[in-house]
Amino acid sequence: MSEESGLIYRISGPVVTAVGISPRMYEVVRVGDEGLMGEVIELHGDQSVIQVYEETSGIRPGEPVVRTGQTLSVKLGPGLLTQIYDGIQRPLEDLEETMGVFITRGVDADGLDLSKKWEFNATASVGDEISGGSVIGFVQETETVEHRIMAPPGHGGKIASIESGEFDITTTVCTLEDGTEIAMMQEWPVRTPRPFTQKNAPDVPLITGQRILDFLFPLAKGGTAGIPGPFGAGKTVTQQQLARWSDAQIVVYIGCGERGNEMTEVLTEFPHLTDPNTGKPLMNRTTMIANTSNMPVAAREASVYTGITIAEYFRDMGYDVALMADSTSRWAEAMREISSRLEEMPGEEGYPAYLSSRLAEFYERAGRVQTLGGDDGSVSVIGAVSPPGGDISEPVSQGTLRIVKVFWGLDAGLARQRHFPAINWLSSYSLYPQALDQWYRDNIANDFPEVRTKISSLLQVEAELQEIVQLVGSDALPMDQQLTLEVARMIREFFLQQNAFHDVDTFSQLGLQYEMAKAILTFQEESEKAMAGGAGLEDVVNVPARTDLMRGRFEEGYAERIGELLGKMSKQIAETMEDN
Amino acid sequence: MSGKEYRTITDVKGPLVFLEKTEPVAYNEIVQLRLSDGTMKNGQVLDTSDDQVIVQVFEGTESVDRQTGVKFLGDVFRLPVSKGLIGRILDGAGKPRDGGPEIVAEEMADIIGAAINPYSRESPEQFIQTGISAIDACTSLVRGQKLPIFSASGLPHNDIALQIARQAKLVGSDDDFVVVFCAMGITAEEYNFFVHDLERTGAMENAVLFVNLADDPAVERLITPRLALTAAEYLAFEHDYHVLVIYTDMTNYCESLRQIGAAREEVPGRRGYPGYMYTDLAMMYERAGMVKGKKGSITQFPILTMPGDDITHPIPDLSGYITEGQIVISRELHQKGIYPPINVLPSLSRLMNAGIGEGKTREDHKSVSDQLYAAYAGGRELRGLVAIVGEDALNERDLQLLKFADIFEDQFLRQSRDEDRSIDEGTLDLAWNLLTNIDTKYLVRLEQKWIDKYHPTESKS
Ligand SMILES: Nc1ncnc2c1ncn2[C@@H]1O[C@H](COP(=O)(O)OP(=O)(O)O)[C@@H](O)[C@H]1O
Ligand SMILES: [Mg+2]
Repeated sequence: MSEESGLIYRISGPVVTAVGISPRMYEVVRVGDEGLMGEVIELHGDQSVIQVYEETSGIRPGEPVVRTGQTLSVKLGPGLLTQIYDGIQRPLEDLEETMGVFITRGVDADGLDLSKKWEFNATASVGDEISGGSVIGFVQETETVEHRIMAPPGHGGKIASIESGEFDITTTVCTLEDGTEIAMMQEWPVRTPRPFTQKNAPDVPLITGQRILDFLFPLAKGGTAGIPGPFGAGKTVTQQQLARWSDAQIVVYIGCGERGNEMTEVLTEFPHLTDPNTGKPLMNRTTMIANTSNMPVAAREASVYTGITIAEYFRDMGYDVALMADSTSRWAEAMREISSRLEEMPGEEGYPAYLSSRLAEFYERAGRVQTLGGDDGSVSVIGAVSPPGGDISEPVSQGTLRIVKVFWGLDAGLARQRHFPAINWLSSYSLYPQALDQWYRDNIANDFPEVRTKISSLLQVEAELQEIVQLVGSDALPMDQQLTLEVARMIREFFLQQNAFHDVDTFSQLGLQYEMAKAILTFQEESEKAMAGGAGLEDVVNVPARTDLMRGRFEEGYAERIGELLGKMSKQIAETMEDN
Repeated sequence: MSGKEYRTITDVKGPLVFLEKTEPVAYNEIVQLRLSDGTMKNGQVLDTSDDQVIVQVFEGTESVDRQTGVKFLGDVFRLPVSKGLIGRILDGAGKPRDGGPEIVAEEMADIIGAAINPYSRESPEQFIQTGISAIDACTSLVRGQKLPIFSASGLPHNDIALQIARQAKLVGSDDDFVVVFCAMGITAEEYNFFVHDLERTGAMENAVLFVNLADDPAVERLITPRLALTAAEYLAFEHDYHVLVIYTDMTNYCESLRQIGAAREEVPGRRGYPGYMYTDLAMMYERAGMVKGKKGSITQFPILTMPGDDITHPIPDLSGYITEGQIVISRELHQKGIYPPINVLPSLSRLMNAGIGEGKTREDHKSVSDQLYAAYAGGRELRGLVAIVGEDALNERDLQLLKFADIFEDQFLRQSRDEDRSIDEGTLDLAWNLLTNIDTKYLVRLEQKWIDKYHPTESKS
């Protein structure tokens, strides 16, 4: 037996041990008579331990294991967008063609269509001095996204020839003087972060159209956020809302160990949804990875790396990319399952000791960078976390919270009352406002940060008052405090609650969010005045125009009408004083 | 390849048998054991290498000794499937239990099943009316959904499951469901309850039963639901049936899984259950759905009893993370004498939004449902406060909500075991009537246009 190929010694679930072969760590190997794809994850004496990306039933000891010499990589180039892949970048559409509706095994599929021709438009010219990451041309990949073709990292020099025209992605479009040939496709090992020139501090918000997120707990472009929450609290809906409405130029959505139907939903819906920023179908800017809960766990482990590598690649073109991983807990569980098959020494709750460093490495691949090509690009990472029993003292939640800068804490109690998004406004936080405040002042309103502070302190005060109400009832409070409770209720019911499934309410422009917040503060001020002038609490709360102002947010054109509705409300509140 | 019989058992531990010096044995291969007294047992390979093979024995390892003969059958576990399954009762290993003939196989189907390609799924969005208001209004079910019942011992989950099975229909269609019923470790009494009801209503002719009872082998439970789902897939995707799979009790299944994990000395996850329990459960729950180009569908109703009524216990917890919602049965409501004692607040149907609304149920459904939730949740919360400070301390709004919570439980939730309410007049109109107990200015979840159209006293029509 040559050392290029060996034999299976043991099979235990997705983990196969081979002997008679000496591959490198993370090398891809072919396992068994059917040539299933696997990756070397441990070398142990003369044994090589392999995680297999396909179902291992029916495989026997003694079957062959063959080296490929490659590490697990993704293919990067035109054709990534609108695709849906499994965890190892096999297009699910191609799998359907060869296997039918059930995923069987032993089928390879290229991550990109190697024969499809794309119109390459050269932007660099002969004689230009380029380096790794330099943009040399582009392909109009979808209606909205220009796919910039870059020299692969590590390759540079003077351009000897470059040609526009129709080519497939493996054909050389540019040659350097040292003979290096550049095609539209490049490959990159998924476990290695793609290089950049330097990391910059994020100072622009990722606008999501979700009021509680944008207004109270904003994420910056290039930032990191964690969404822990028990089942049914809204992790997936929140992630999908971000995929739909956030103002990223590229979205990478990873369904990692979750439900099949949720991916189908995205797939069927996105082509019909319009991106509010471009007016074109959302699918144009989206790549999906779907390795659902019942698909092989080793491929689930890989799915997160496949996704982030694709995200980095678009970042390198100078784009703002948003990546959602739903759920990172399932990824961690895949690590746990493999680790336990390896009989590694377990850490907390059976997770491998390297869990927190893997989490940190993953989130570290987020960031706003100056690309090798000199552009400004970013990857924002939003990870859902699924703590057992909703208790975030467990290792994955804790490991995540140590790293991410935004915490959107979902709350089962709120979900039960159908207060959505069920994000707890008292426990959630964002560390970005300071860095972003200047942007808000320049782009939305000069007093934006102050309005935000007022709104959040009203919610804090409410929480304190509620403790008293629990003991004595609200009627026992002085009038001004009762008004504060009403104002806070308005914040919750009118502002924080936002129905993802309502055609209009699903998305709020940041400017409108600000107007709505101001309207609440106006209600407070006008009511204080009226009550000082003798009006009763019930009178000011029950003015019909306030109900109209609140219900109006479900109607088209609210942004244009809110000023008028607000004027009516103020007028009616002032009138309550005269009635008394 | 059913060749050689080995007598090389080295260890027996719990339900596991370890043996050595075999020819290469395949992972997941099925195994036959012949005891010295001639008794046969069945098993499956869990781990295989040149040096050692680990076999899990479905019937348990009682009486297994070093002389026991072990034969590897060269294939993974398969179920003979055909349309002839309909109307049959099989045991937990797929053998006839009704005295009838063996199933004549049209196909031998691998019971592990393959994952449905997410690209090939069809989004479930056809509303199923169960005739139970709590479910239809608040946690609407759609064809192809997996919606478990989270219950606890002593609660009427079986009545509810049967009522759903009897009444479930697609409004405006007369397609019938085929029921695949799978019993895992339930008592003979519970089983008889199901069978009698299925017989009484004539549903038996359209049902397939897989039965592993409390005194049947515990490890066998690990395959019983897989057999049931294999049958369901065959009927749905080869023969266009709409299949309703009811399996009970998932808690017993998980206990068996834990037993295997312990015998293998695996590092346990939470509360002693294997770390891979999530994936293991997902490989069953995800076998629900609809796929492109096939007419049939699989809708699943797993029933599980929450140990200690605790919804954060790993069994309901991991289930809830996979299924498309849950129907939660409440001891408190049961003790109040309310049937069905469904607590809608922790209940959820994740596919509801796709299945309701104009052209499906009614345009105001979502709005009404949100309002019911908000009002009932508010009212229930106030009960606690009233216990401390009395009703006097409540303002007008709170008083109305408090009263509404009682009315909701008494008139909306409560219905009889054979009451089949239609979604529009039976359920949604009833909801509107009950909501008149609250001033519209407090009904902030209702859109004005629905108030104008449907409110019994304030509508403009
Ligand atoms: N923003 C929202 N608007 C309306 N409904 C929501 C919202 N967020 C969550 N929901 C409801 O909660 C359910 C569960 O949300 P989901 O995101 O699937 O939870 P998780 O992923 O945390 O288990 C959804 O099916 C939906 O009914
Ligand atoms: Mg989810």
